[in-house]
Amino acid sequence: MTLTTFKTAVCGLALLAAPLAASAEDLVVNGEIEMITEAEPAAHLDGALPTVRSGWTFRSSETQQLQMDDFENPAMIDVDNGMAAWNAAEGAEGKSCADCHGAMDESMEMVRATYPKWNEEAGEVRNIQMQIDDCRVNQMGAEPYGVDSRPMLAMEAAISSVGRGQVVDVAVDGPAAETWEMGKELYYTRFGQLELSCASCHELNYDNYIRADHLSQGQINGFPTYRLKNARLNGTHSRFRGCIRDTRAETFSVGSPEFVALELYVASRGNGLTVEGPAVRN
Amino acid sequence: MKRTIALAAGMAMGAGMALADMVAPADVTFGDYGDVEQSLTGVPGDPEAGREVMVSKSIGNCVSCHAAEDYADVPFHGEVGPALDGIGEYRTEAELRGILVNAKMTFPESVMPAFYKVEGFTRPGNAYTGKAAEGPLDPLLTAQQIEDVVAYLMTLTD
Repeated sequence: MTLTTFKTAVCGLALLAAPLAASAEDLVVNGEIEMITEAEPAAHLDGALPTVRSGWTFRSSETQQLQMDDFENPAMIDVDNGMAAWNAAEGAEGKSCADCHGAMDESMEMVRATYPKWNEEAGEVRNIQMQIDDCRVNQMGAEPYGVDSRPMLAMEAAISSVGRGQVVDVAVDGPAAETWEMGKELYYTRFGQLELSCASCHELNYDNYIRADHLSQGQINGFPTYRLKNARLNGTHSRFRGCIRDTRAETFSVGSPEFVALELYVASRGNGLTVEGPAVRN
Repeated sequence: MKRTIALAAGMAMGAGMALADMVAPADVTFGDYGDVEQSLTGVPGDPEAGREVMVSKSIGNCVSCHAAEDYADVPFHGEVGPALDGIGEYRTEAELRGILVNAKMTFPESVMPAFYKVEGFTRPGNAYTGKAAEGPLDPLLTAQQIEDVVAYLMTLTD
């Protein structure tokens, strides 16, 4: 099947029955981590998507290949840096992450798949970055990295990398429900002078081309993501900000409660996919 | 405020513009199906200029979502909206003008931006800076650009 078959006047709705377009190949990283790039939608999606698809399935085979071998994935340098930082003592307490959490690949294996997550003690939903900086400030007596900063993304990428292949399963109910609802509302709000919501492109028009760009479902299981476009790791919130900016809207800030809620909601749309971060995308 | 926009838009178009005939964004009258009968300027549209608006990323950027054989020389036509071949035959001028001014008056669920509207947005920004808009917004296209695009689309008759 060719992409031209997909060209349609009525956008995404006609595509519901279409099989995978980009590649028949499965995503297996390093010949051993088997990814789920196409999954049944979670019940809380309420039929919004017929199939949940990883952003990997929308990319060219050249770009796809880069994610299949850590020696080719340009983000693995950051992962190495993040792992080194994990073991390095920092701050007034003279502690490293490892001093409390032990080996990253054991203690952090399920983190990326389950965050953002309700933190009972803090009484709020937290993403990984919030948790990292909380640890740095309150446990280590170190300076916070800051949202989507270079060292933050390196640490997040490292934590994600040891969770690759785990099935994304963020909780949307219980104490997280309120934040999730807020995220859902943001997802469907048409922002800016162009009056576009996340759904305008990533639910109604995924698989369509907007100029030369192949629209994906906007899944975030591959974050932090190395983008060929800017040749660096990109954080989820920075990506959200870029999208909202492109609707000619006043964006929210990275690390804002709005983006934490949106992160939880968008993550939940990908429940059933596997953790791919750091993925490689356009 | 409306007058300021009309004036600014009018001046941008240079001489020959009868300002008295300019319809400001807030004053556009829609028919029952979202059509707009009255020209926004009273000046006939220029199809060549309209084509330029459609294929230029910095102006209308219509090509990002709509394909058409007539501008096949421009690479990468989008497919978010319908292809426009033959649209001049099956749509009237008034329908096309209405869709350009505010497509949601014709198709409530459309993702197409309203190109001649300046109010009623959620968190309107200052162009593509991500910052809040300062003062009144300009419409995405001027009244005459809308008329030019209408004139161009009417030439797409297969």
